[in-house]
Amino acid sequence: MAECHPVGFQWVMEARERGAKIIHVDPRFTRTSAVAGLHVPLRTGTDIVWLGALINYVLEGGHDFREYVVRYTNAATILSDDWVDADDLDGVFSGFDATDRSYDQSSWRYAGMEPPPAAGEPISAEQSHGAHGADLESGEPPVTDETLEDPRCIFQVLKRHFTRYTPELVQEVCGIPPDVFREVAETLVANSGAERTTAFVYSVGWTHHTTGAQYIRAASILQLLLGNIGRPGGGILALRGHASIQGSTDIPTLYNILPGYLPMPSASPDLTLDSHLEKITPPAGFWGHSREYMVSLLKAWWGDAATKSNDFCFNHLPRITGDHSIYPTIMDMRDGKVEGFFVMGENPAVGSGNSKLHRLAMAELKWLVIRDFQMIESATFWKDGPEVDTGELDPREIDTEIFFLPAAAHTEKDGSFTNTHRLLQWHRKAIEPPDDCRSELWFMFHLGRRIREKLVDSIEARDQAILQLTWDYDVHGPTADPDAEQVLREISGFGWPDGEAVSGYTKLKGDGSTACGCWIYSGVYADEVNQADRRKPGQEQDQVAAEWGWAWPANRRILYNRASADPAGRPWSERKAYVWWDAGEEKWTGHDVPDFVADKSPDYTPPDGAKAEKALRGDEPFVMQPDGKGWLFAPTGLTDGPLPTHYEPKESPVVNAVHPAHRSSPTMEEFHRDDNLYNPAGDEPGSEVYPYVLSTYRIAEHHTAGAMSRTLPHLAGLAPELFVEVSPELADERELEHNGWATIVTERTAIEARVMVTERVTPLNVAGRQLHQVGLPYHWGWSGLATGDCANDLLALALDSNVHISEFKSATCDVRPGRRPRGPGVLELVESYRRRAAGDAT
Amino acid sequence: MSGFELEIDLYDSADQQPRMGFFTDTSLCIGCKACEIACKEWNDVPEADLVHRGMSMDNTGTLGADTWRHVAFIEERQPVELGDDGAGGLRWLMSSDVCKHCTHAACLEVCPTGSLFRTEFGTVVVQEDICNGCGYCVPACPFGVIDKRKEDGRAWKCTLCYDRLKEDQTPACAQACPTHSIQFGELEDLRDRAQKRVGDLVEKGEAGAQLYLADPSDGIGGAGAFFLLLDDPEVYGLPPDPKDTTAELPGIWKTTALAAGTLLASVLGAAFAGRSR
Repeated sequence: MAECHPVGFQWVMEARERGAKIIHVDPRFTRTSAVAGLHVPLRTGTDIVWLGALINYVLEGGHDFREYVVRYTNAATILSDDWVDADDLDGVFSGFDATDRSYDQSSWRYAGMEPPPAAGEPISAEQSHGAHGADLESGEPPVTDETLEDPRCIFQVLKRHFTRYTPELVQEVCGIPPDVFREVAETLVANSGAERTTAFVYSVGWTHHTTGAQYIRAASILQLLLGNIGRPGGGILALRGHASIQGSTDIPTLYNILPGYLPMPSASPDLTLDSHLEKITPPAGFWGHSREYMVSLLKAWWGDAATKSNDFCFNHLPRITGDHSIYPTIMDMRDGKVEGFFVMGENPAVGSGNSKLHRLAMAELKWLVIRDFQMIESATFWKDGPEVDTGELDPREIDTEIFFLPAAAHTEKDGSFTNTHRLLQWHRKAIEPPDDCRSELWFMFHLGRRIREKLVDSIEARDQAILQLTWDYDVHGPTADPDAEQVLREISGFGWPDGEAVSGYTKLKGDGSTACGCWIYSGVYADEVNQADRRKPGQEQDQVAAEWGWAWPANRRILYNRASADPAGRPWSERKAYVWWDAGEEKWTGHDVPDFVADKSPDYTPPDGAKAEKALRGDEPFVMQPDGKGWLFAPTGLTDGPLPTHYEPKESPVVNAVHPAHRSSPTMEEFHRDDNLYNPAGDEPGSEVYPYVLSTYRIAEHHTAGAMSRTLPHLAGLAPELFVEVSPELADERELEHNGWATIVTERTAIEARVMVTERVTPLNVAGRQLHQVGLPYHWGWSGLATGDCANDLLALALDSNVHISEFKSATCDVRPGRRPRGPGVLELVESYRRRAAGDAT
Repeated sequence: MSGFELEIDLYDSADQQPRMGFFTDTSLCIGCKACEIACKEWNDVPEADLVHRGMSMDNTGTLGADTWRHVAFIEERQPVELGDDGAGGLRWLMSSDVCKHCTHAACLEVCPTGSLFRTEFGTVVVQEDICNGCGYCVPACPFGVIDKRKEDGRAWKCTLCYDRLKEDQTPACAQACPTHSIQFGELEDLRDRAQKRVGDLVEKGEAGAQLYLADPSDGIGGAGAFFLLLDDPEVYGLPPDPKDTTAELPGIWKTTALAAGTLLASVLGAAFAGRSR
């Protein structure tokens, strides 16, 4: 965190100074490790064993926060008789179909519930993270055992599932000694409960695994067992990769969700607004209002054209037919199936996994639009990229037309950032952007305006979605920049047609009388005030600082904060009091905006036929879940299992000690192609050719693929060249000299880097042998002031099946002294490795 | 603070301000280098050469004409303790170095043009329009801070953001530091704060924690920019017992004058002796 989020890290330092113990679990010894109380170097890709053992420690020792667990989680819920754990099925959970490597999730359901009807297109997993739990038939789980003793209750299932995750397994798989494990486990337990809370903080590296979503799940289970969710000082905090990546998920640049995590409709021809809503609307919890959210979104986009009689223009929405996430799209691009590509504030030619494949793919496009501050490698690869040097690309034969459009910086435009805390902070333009630089808003608005002008006479049905859009923002200034606050106001929502700003999502209507661009942001323009623009300094407020910016939803700073009070509505302890039930006033009150219906008393029980949040009891804090509980076991929603279980990375140097029959995730997405070859792994013949574990990552000196740092002299000077971090032991083994050169080789390619021999990298004792990990920051490319080979060229694409994120953090490689060959020699070197790995000695 | 009082007469007291300084608490440094960049940005310091030095994460190298803040990174293997398996012995120290703004500032003493002067804030600043590039200040500095810029021949160093101080603003490095490792304020307050801080750290088990250049009775009369280190100064590449290089000058001049007088006398004596022939 100190490496990639030094500004946010000030709060960790402040916590440390106030007595918090900082534990840093990371294969690397980073700036964070330097100031942490304890650094735990684990082998990359083994986090489920590590977290699983902590869960086991909590369960075996009876260290869980029992009342919280019984009342606020689904620990007491009984599972159906069809459920079988992976331990009893040779490494896969019940419902696995080996042919298409996917799960039928119906056997994971709660006992007494019917499996969901098979008819119609199922909601895919990443869509269901929006309206998750839609498959649950009713809010209340039908069968529970609050003694937690029933062998099929989730608590007992969990206990059995994690029993094999022992400190000894942690030693064997992760390379962490038992005494270090014990120190962490004891610290966690001692620092959780009524009086104390523990927070988990992760950066996106945790998601860069084929089992990444399950890492987060494992942390969630641990935090729920310890009672650390919905309480001050607790939680699982996801630090994002850049400014406003949270915002670009909330108002998504993703293909499969609409603003506010509403699922994108699938392409089944008979899908209507009603049948779509039926699928995504659970009977209980706030997702029960999906109609209000969806119809308000359609009104915001299509205004007067959206009427009840035309399903509020539901058919104007794009439909999805499968996985259209970025990496499969890049493969399609390489195969000539994609004509055009917008690249805005991203540098795939350098930063993406298997970036070489991205360059080769972009050379197949008809047109490519690059919007950036600098002439980045993604705009110039066709004439000066590594493949021109190797002869794989010939500029004369590339037909791609590239449009480079310079972008305005955040100081040159109005807008908001949404940070990891779901906090929107408004920024105002300080100066006009220079020359042709323009804001994203300017670009999208005027592009849309020009397209609409071209289509104005069209009677084609497909063009009506564009022609009927509400595309009427005021423009200002010499560049005719659209009014960003009008956009924010539309996102926040207003009455239709009266145009009065709504106060929040509970005021949204499903009959077309409100418009709202993103229901979770509703209220950011309440009272006609840009709430994100509030700037009352922290020292003039209490520690919640509710008047700095605005946090979605409803300016709540901690989600599910009803859990900070006990079932009767009293704080678990005075020290950790946050929100509570005021019996005199008959409402919830406290330091934060309660994440609960304000006047729903703790002893509320839903009447028959209650819907949405009214179907949840007064002691059920997880108001987005259809059963109001925190899910220790996920009966629906995940594509790779209802519980985390250990699989090795796609490219691992060892076999799977937990499930020998399945080395790596049985559901991950693989792409077996000549431009995405995988190293032999585990005990496969040839794996010895790539004996070292490889990870790529960021350092404080540069920003992601480098466009914003390698191009600026002062920043470029802080870390001018790519380097590979190796231990003194590996340096000895491979005769690497500090500050000399090394070549790193995988089945994909070979790159060179300066050698950094450092004791910060330690060999691990794993599976009875010494294992070396090497690390490369991925910031460099061939342009700019600080240049170097692209570290992510080394990686193959292998994706988590839930979220389609690739395994950036775990691969294997070889390291050899000296520089790589020039020109086609690189290809020959890589080919010689491929032949050796394939067992061809010649 | 007696050291401070000693040099009050060194500068014009008309615009007298409390003496301002830096307390760099390296126990809070996370090595982000924001100070280096903020300094270069604000002071329009020319870009340095792009050199991969491989000194841990440090590619800046040292303070100089074009580097007025420098973050040092020290990878240190601690002695293995009983019961320690050796894994916990690695320490990574980070420290942001800067001009010390000495109470007895040799650079200022030796400057023949008056380009180096003591400001109303008690800081030591080079006036770029007066400096003639003689370079006397460079060897005079006991820390190797002030340096001549190759391109223009003049001497440059940290001004403690004199221009910002005049506007009642915090120096750029301290403003940018996210973790309060660089603290700016009245020197007297900073020294009090630092004494308390070092006491707390030692109590918490940081046995090596120590203040550096906070003592007005040291060889430079205490610094306007002093440090809290977690180990001995040598570990950070800092001189353990710096001295004002001009402190011995009166004695040296006396000896030199004596020698010159003797020499003159003997030359004259020889001349007269010659003439008398």
